[in-house]
Amino acid sequence: MLKLDEIQRRLIAEVAGLHKVPIGAYNFRANSQLAGRNNTANIEITSKDDGSGIDIHIKDGTQNESVHIPVVLSASGIKETVYNDFYIGENCDVVIVAGCGIDNCGNQDSEHDGVHRFFVGKNSKVKYVEKHYGSGNGAGQRILNPVTEVSMNDGSFMEMEMVQIKGVDSTNRMTTAALKAGAKLIVRERLMTHGAQKAFSTYKITLDGENSGADVVSRGVAKEKSYQKLDLCVIGNAPCNGHTECDSIIMDEGKILAVPSLEANHVDAVLFHEAAIGKIAGDQLIKLMTLGLTEQEAEEQIISGFLK
Amino acid sequence: MLELQDIFFSVEGVEIIRGVNLTVENNKFVVITGPNGGGKSTLARLIMGIEKPTSGKIILDGQDITNADITERAKLGVGFAFQQPVRFKGIEVFDLLKLAAGGKLTFNKACDYLSAVGLCAQDYIKREVNSSLSGGEVKRIEIATILARKTKLSIFDEPEAGIDLWSFKHLIQIFEDMRKNIDGGSIVIISHQERILSIADEIIVLADGQIKNRGAAEKILPEIINTESVIQECEKLKR
Repeated sequence: MLKLDEIQRRLIAEVAGLHKVPIGAYNFRANSQLAGRNNTANIEITSKDDGSGIDIHIKDGTQNESVHIPVVLSASGIKETVYNDFYIGENCDVVIVAGCGIDNCGNQDSEHDGVHRFFVGKNSKVKYVEKHYGSGNGAGQRILNPVTEVSMNDGSFMEMEMVQIKGVDSTNRMTTAALKAGAKLIVRERLMTHGAQKAFSTYKITLDGENSGADVVSRGVAKEKSYQKLDLCVIGNAPCNGHTECDSIIMDEGKILAVPSLEANHVDAVLFHEAAIGKIAGDQLIKLMTLGLTEQEAEEQIISGFLK
Repeated sequence: MLELQDIFFSVEGVEIIRGVNLTVENNKFVVITGPNGGGKSTLARLIMGIEKPTSGKIILDGQDITNADITERAKLGVGFAFQQPVRFKGIEVFDLLKLAAGGKLTFNKACDYLSAVGLCAQDYIKREVNSSLSGGEVKRIEIATILARKTKLSIFDEPEAGIDLWSFKHLIQIFEDMRKNIDGGSIVIISHQERILSIADEIIVLADGQIKNRGAAEKILPEIINTESVIQECEKLKR
């Protein structure tokens, strides 16, 4: 049985899309306490001995199963660092949904720094969804600094959907991945900042194995006086394919620094990068207005499509 | 019915449109042609409200819409297909058609609109309206958005611009079908193409911001056939 109050349930719905207890394995954390856990025959979640986080073990051959590990903070002044390690066996096909929601109505800062490490076994397929969300009108900041470290074994595939759309005052996201032979990584990041928010997002993807590949795309919208720095780097150490793309919409007095970079250390490494920053094109607004939308509705449609 | 009354439009002191008076009756298919730089696209944008006239009045079905903005005119039933259709990252073909249809659209209806412009919904409905689409594809989707809107007055700004000849042949068919199914509305097309001019109820020749000639296609087309107002069909491709 989950021990969650109404605010916590709302945050869970935002970050994990959950309105009821999910089927499959889960671990719910609320205000630094365990609020509910379920293991399955193939997925075992255990607390680390020192209490610093959890270990998630997924057995070889686990197919079509999911793990939800949402975290919510609804009390002001909490500052925590949590270490979660995922050990995914060979030949698995699993979905992992993480994410953190902070509701801070108080005057003290609330901060959750989640360190997630993934060890993806040979030929396994993982879809990882991570959503971050903030709410509450207190003077205290809502701070999230996620660290994601991925180690991908031969022939594995991982798709990461990293989303932070609203309400996080400060974030420093660091994602690193190392890929062995034939491994493929797809990253789709969506960031929207508003007010005086700051978001830093850094990716360092290392393609070590033959025929490994990565496609890292970050789309951002910086509104009002917010700031984003996107630093996407792919390193090719073998015959491999890599692509990074930073694509941003700038609005109001927003500021964006996009730094896509490539490092090739092998003659058969094929690497590309792209970066674009621009405001919403006037023609895009006009086109949607000719369909009957107001200017504000048109702007909302363009942004929601861009961040979809 | 659309009426333009003594429309003038200037930018930084340069007059682009100089006293245009024009009536487009319901059930009419009107083609505006004329040399490049003559003010055709500007006139189309003035009708949609993208530009505002310096002076003069625009009347739609008896209502003065001169000061109405783009959204208001759209809600009154004016539709506009861009010469260079706009592309959107993340917005899919279905999303755009749904917005055009007013927020509600079934897959089957979307399929009807796409089929009418020669596109298979299975292939296109989930495609983003971004730079992965060719000029011909995005042009057809643009026309499909007009079909989905069911407009009273549809304006097409050089629908043939930027598309290949193969797609153009299909485009002519689309306009011939629209002509047949006009159903009380009216269609204004900016075009130089002889094939489009030849199916018009009325041709208007606009040059130097003024209407220089107008009348039924049978009368006007022979008069302008060897001028830059008309691009004739390629003889080899006719075969």
